[in-house]
Amino acid sequence: MSTDKTLVIIGGGPAGLSAAVAARKAGLTDILILERDNGLGGILNQCIHNGFGLHTFKEELTGPEYADRFIQEVLKEQIPCRLNTMVLSVDSNRRVTYMNREEGLKTIEAGAVILAMGCRERARGALNIPGFRPAGIYTAGTAQRLMNIEGKIIGRRVVILGSGDIGLIMARRMTLEGAKVEVVAELMPYSGGLKRNIVQCLNDYDIPLKLSHTVVDIQGKNRVSGVTIAEVDGERRPIPGTEVHYDCDTLLLSCGLLPENELTRALGAQMDPVTGGARVSDVLQTDIPGVFACGNVLHVHDLVDYVSEEAGLAGRSAAAYILKGQPVTETDQMIPLVGEGGVRYTVPQLLDVSGMAETVTVRFRVADVYRDRQISVYYDEHRVSAVKKKVLAPGEMEQVVLKRDSLTAGTRPGRIRIVLEDAE
Amino acid sequence: MSNTAEEKREISLTCINCPLGCALTVTIEGAFITVAGNTCPRGEAYGRKEVTDPTRIVTSTVTVENGVIPRVSVKTASDIPKGRIMDICEALRRVRIQAPVAIGDVVLADCAGTGVDIIATKAVASA
Repeated sequence: MSTDKTLVIIGGGPAGLSAAVAARKAGLTDILILERDNGLGGILNQCIHNGFGLHTFKEELTGPEYADRFIQEVLKEQIPCRLNTMVLSVDSNRRVTYMNREEGLKTIEAGAVILAMGCRERARGALNIPGFRPAGIYTAGTAQRLMNIEGKIIGRRVVILGSGDIGLIMARRMTLEGAKVEVVAELMPYSGGLKRNIVQCLNDYDIPLKLSHTVVDIQGKNRVSGVTIAEVDGERRPIPGTEVHYDCDTLLLSCGLLPENELTRALGAQMDPVTGGARVSDVLQTDIPGVFACGNVLHVHDLVDYVSEEAGLAGRSAAAYILKGQPVTETDQMIPLVGEGGVRYTVPQLLDVSGMAETVTVRFRVADVYRDRQISVYYDEHRVSAVKKKVLAPGEMEQVVLKRDSLTAGTRPGRIRIVLEDAE
Repeated sequence: MSNTAEEKREISLTCINCPLGCALTVTIEGAFITVAGNTCPRGEAYGRKEVTDPTRIVTSTVTVENGVIPRVSVKTASDIPKGRIMDICEALRRVRIQAPVAIGDVVLADCAGTGVDIIATKAVASA
């Protein structure tokens, strides 16, 4: 088997699995998945709650069940995977260097590469919380893994900082396992989590959510013995006199996710400072030819269904690159997409009209909670569409669909603007 | 002393059907239930169900012996009354099963007298 036409997929989580299956269905023979864990499925393995797959399979699955649907397809298609394998580098000639116990250090020349490494949690060191450094402080995802896979008891009385979805899910999970969750404190005046999770993980169990609050002190020398929470002002500074103390043995942190892009940065791909991921075109190609990105390494998603959909596009695009040598357009000939009026970013960031599919889905997040707005698409100064929205929130990813017909009909715009504006 | 006036209760809920998260007020007056604050029919149905027959899928883990990992994730095969969640969790604490486990295996039949089985949501191979 020649290896010079292989599609190498870095990461065997939901993005990597969906990309692999889509690439195979697009006719690609040689595919290799590299996964650093001892099994496929990624973070879904520890997300034992239900609610996955409503869009993809029209049923509510748990994380492991959702992952299994894709793992079974990968097995059926006999797509090779190397587990316990760490990728050390990818270069601009698509040479992928990886390491595992069986093969040692190995470099292969890939025909195309899909970056599907996922994301990591923001840990205490990145949060500037004062206080001691006792045991009992976990990121929510670490606690989730310890409980759901390793069967460990994390603690009995819990305070959670941050109302991201994993924190909310863990509030319920720990309650069901007999722990008392005292409070969830959120720095922002709104929750970053999905509405469904606030209702079913906090309200169902009478767990208070304190918005505009943060942890100002952690007590305890060997083990956490208490946490002090205070209200914050508009500048997110703690307000003196608002401190409230909670006795607890555990502090969970659910303060955001960061795309894991060490390989991407070392590769020299152009990055988007807002998403923390690579800048990509409408086929999810980075500015390095033949290198694609999808899933949480590209931008953090809230629903895995959209990860699978996005990764399917990356898989088909990578297959087209190997089989047909497409696309060939230079980045500087593409139309840039920009977000305005509270649209923080767009993915993709660039549109290649010459190779564009009939429709292109543009995903984005907004900067704040907005009511009665509309999402408008402008080609330069000309508005081509507007969709009314009663509510938009940073925790819920939004999307608009661009149509090829509308772009090829008139003069080619210099840029495409996704604008949040007052509803008309 | 006459007692003809039916007791009237108001319950505040947040609808979970979409990101809008409408603030619902469900009023119960004897057999009459009215939902206010919703902007679509799904909100009405949600409000009604939450005050008359709230149900949930429960997910948890149970101990698995001789497997490659020590816990296997499980769920109720269908939704159960919300008031029985803690009984289900209590029953699951006593469950120990042997590897191998396949997705869909019944790990506990008729959990806590709900008539609903607990099924595995993950495969665990033997160690």
